[in-house]
Amino acid sequence: MGAYLVRRLLLMAVTLIGISILIFIMLRLVPGNIADILVNASGMSDEQDKARIVHELGLDKPLAEQYWQWVDGLAHGDLGYAYVSERPAWEEIAPRIPISAKLAGMAIFFAVLIGVPLGVASAVRQNTGLDYLLRVFSLSGLSFPSFWLGLLVLMASVQWFGKIPIYDSDAHGFFNQVSMLALPAIVVGFRSSALIMRLTRSSMLEVLRQDYVRTARSKGATNASVNYNHALRNALLPVVTVIGIEAAFLVGGLIVTETVFNIPGIARFLVEAILWRDYPIVQNLVMLIAFVVVMVNFLVDMAYMVLDPRIKFAD
Amino acid sequence: MRTSMAFLATIVAALAAAASPALAQKAGGTLRIPHRENPPSASILEESTISVVEPFMAVFSNLVLFDPNEKVNSPDHIVPDLAESWSYDDSKTKLTFKLRQGVKWHDGQPFTAKDVKCTFDAVAGFDANPTIIRKSPRKIWYINLKDVTTNGDYEVTFDLKRPQASFLSMLASGYAPIYSCHVDGRIMRTKPIGTGPFKMVEYKRNDVIKLVRNPDYWKKGRPYLDAIEMKIVPNRGTRTLGFQSGEFDMTFDSDVSFPMLKDVMNQKKDAVCEARPTNVGSNILINRDAPPFDNPEIRKVLTDTIDVKAFSEILSQGHNLDGAAMLPPPYGVWGMPKEMLASLPGHSPDIAKSRAEGQAIMKKLGYGPDKPLKIKVATRNIAIYRDPAVILIDQLKQVYIDAELEPIDSSVWYNKIAKKDYQIGMNLTGVAVDDPDVNFYENYYSKSERNYTGYNNPEVDKLIDQQSAEPDQAKRKQIVWEIEKKLAEDVARPMIGYNVDNTCWDSHLKGVKLQVNSIYNAWRYEDYWFDR
Repeated sequence: MGAYLVRRLLLMAVTLIGISILIFIMLRLVPGNIADILVNASGMSDEQDKARIVHELGLDKPLAEQYWQWVDGLAHGDLGYAYVSERPAWEEIAPRIPISAKLAGMAIFFAVLIGVPLGVASAVRQNTGLDYLLRVFSLSGLSFPSFWLGLLVLMASVQWFGKIPIYDSDAHGFFNQVSMLALPAIVVGFRSSALIMRLTRSSMLEVLRQDYVRTARSKGATNASVNYNHALRNALLPVVTVIGIEAAFLVGGLIVTETVFNIPGIARFLVEAILWRDYPIVQNLVMLIAFVVVMVNFLVDMAYMVLDPRIKFAD
Repeated sequence: MRTSMAFLATIVAALAAAASPALAQKAGGTLRIPHRENPPSASILEESTISVVEPFMAVFSNLVLFDPNEKVNSPDHIVPDLAESWSYDDSKTKLTFKLRQGVKWHDGQPFTAKDVKCTFDAVAGFDANPTIIRKSPRKIWYINLKDVTTNGDYEVTFDLKRPQASFLSMLASGYAPIYSCHVDGRIMRTKPIGTGPFKMVEYKRNDVIKLVRNPDYWKKGRPYLDAIEMKIVPNRGTRTLGFQSGEFDMTFDSDVSFPMLKDVMNQKKDAVCEARPTNVGSNILINRDAPPFDNPEIRKVLTDTIDVKAFSEILSQGHNLDGAAMLPPPYGVWGMPKEMLASLPGHSPDIAKSRAEGQAIMKKLGYGPDKPLKIKVATRNIAIYRDPAVILIDQLKQVYIDAELEPIDSSVWYNKIAKKDYQIGMNLTGVAVDDPDVNFYENYYSKSERNYTGYNNPEVDKLIDQQSAEPDQAKRKQIVWEIEKKLAEDVARPMIGYNVDNTCWDSHLKGVKLQVNSIYNAWRYEDYWFDR
């Protein structure tokens, strides 16, 4: 187990280094750079002004030197300066992390809270009215685009309550934060909940047909005990994998929702940084997201052991 | 016509408001406005977008200002700001300003004539390595400025190469704020220091811009508001819903299109909405150095097919205005009369006739319905640029030109245009000051960086200089119209219309005065107040 953990950690480090090289190169392959954009934003094309900006930002240095400067800084906790805001990149990124983390956490919480029980209900009541209804619900979750759903929710909110949940950075306290983020979290989590529900349903159906479930029933176990103690625990393995993947992919869903609900999180910030070719922000944010994905994958693997004691990671 | 009616309604509303009993202004309150995007920076001198002027103009002061109480920006309505008075010498080439004393920058430092010199040395390019800015997109405005000199701490003289009637108008623009010499450009781009009615508190990208009342503002009793808060809301639907729900007191400038207006008025019964031209015109950039548009005949065909009325109907339910290079009257001070405009290529009311002429030229050149000329129409990949480009592509089919849309990422748009890597391009041009000098020197003068097409006609350059030096407004107008005519005949940058859009605000918000020939010059907010 110990050796496995060391191997996993080393692999994670190699993956992150690979990603850092990839993102660094990919960003520079995209046409246009920050100097072009800053000058273009003023509606002009002055080569002298552009050259001054390129030099000021160090973009005239060799690529290898630029890369080394970045990773060396990263290793020492120095993320550099954002090109556009001209503030330390960490000061720009740090306040946005908790915002997106709260939103993503609430979305996943909502997705699991809705998806797993409804998936189980749909499986145990297969081919009943409830099952059909839940399947329609899950299909809608997968088909509704987030931006459409988001705008619909906002319009309904204006129509019924006369207000919209626009993000307010001055809102403090648990209740205020939850009420402000609940609607966007539901919009983001709706798709994930549908996916989790469908997967839980199919996984449960498969497990419910297993011999040991039949044995449990023949021994007189109650329906609830069979469904939740025997079947669900085994059916959850693929679901946990999907929850892990969904958590990682959530950043994509957050981009649209953060824009529609006007939440100043990292997803929207990343898109804008890409448009501005703000290399320090994009590079560091992508590394942060990559780190989260790698860690989530690692935690999902560890969760397998908890859910199924038969799984052992060999040294 | 519809816009004229809307304008008339606005005037009537304004007169009615003026006739009603005067209300005593109340102090206090925070004005909440949604902002459409993250401004590229807070440094007005370095940027060229309303996204920067609307939030940050209130941080600064100018030497002079277009009278905020007048609907039309004109040289006759310029009022003192940091300058208490001004005068020309006999040769009309030395413009001297007496400056206000006791004015302090937001950091407590005193404002002096050195700050004025420092600002204009930087923007005009006299200072090769300025510390207060790193780019100057309006350097061409100051092409006639020879030097700026100070005489003590409270007098400054602008030395012009020749008389220039419009020079004061340019100084009165929201794009001509005075910067402080002692503050570095990086600070000016992030948390600027000014002498204006509001102080900058913070600008958090993707979140909010916060300004608070400057208690030391030199104009006593102003501003009335305690603070201004602009939330960055890139989604137009969210911005509009926010206004409808009372989350915001005012929309972003010209953010309510005509199709949206009805819905806004229905949802928010107490909204006050005003339609006005933005002096932002859609126009076509033509690469006249490469085939096929190096051929003047094909350039002419381009104007033959343009149906400006159809553009207006589709884009704005018929409210957009037809005009030549200058904003047309009655909103614009300098645009040519309607009858004269109708005689210009690209503005003929008889579209069928002009298209028949275009078809004949194309047939003579070997093109026809079975053998169309294939071209690409490049434009920025933004809806307000793409929409007119698509309409243009449709209209080009009428003269046997089969065009394909080429959407270009904004980040490389001007680079592509500067490198002449396009055939024709759909473009939008905003004019900051409704004055021929600003528009012509910026967009059509051979030496300008913003003359994107590289249009170079020595005769037009000469006329531009001539009108600039002409002190008599009526005579100057005649030269301006001649230039407009030449530009249209040369197919320099065919105009397809001036945008007209709506700005709305809550009826409790008072003191809002929008100007009809520029959107860039009246964002001080110092006369705004809440009646509640």
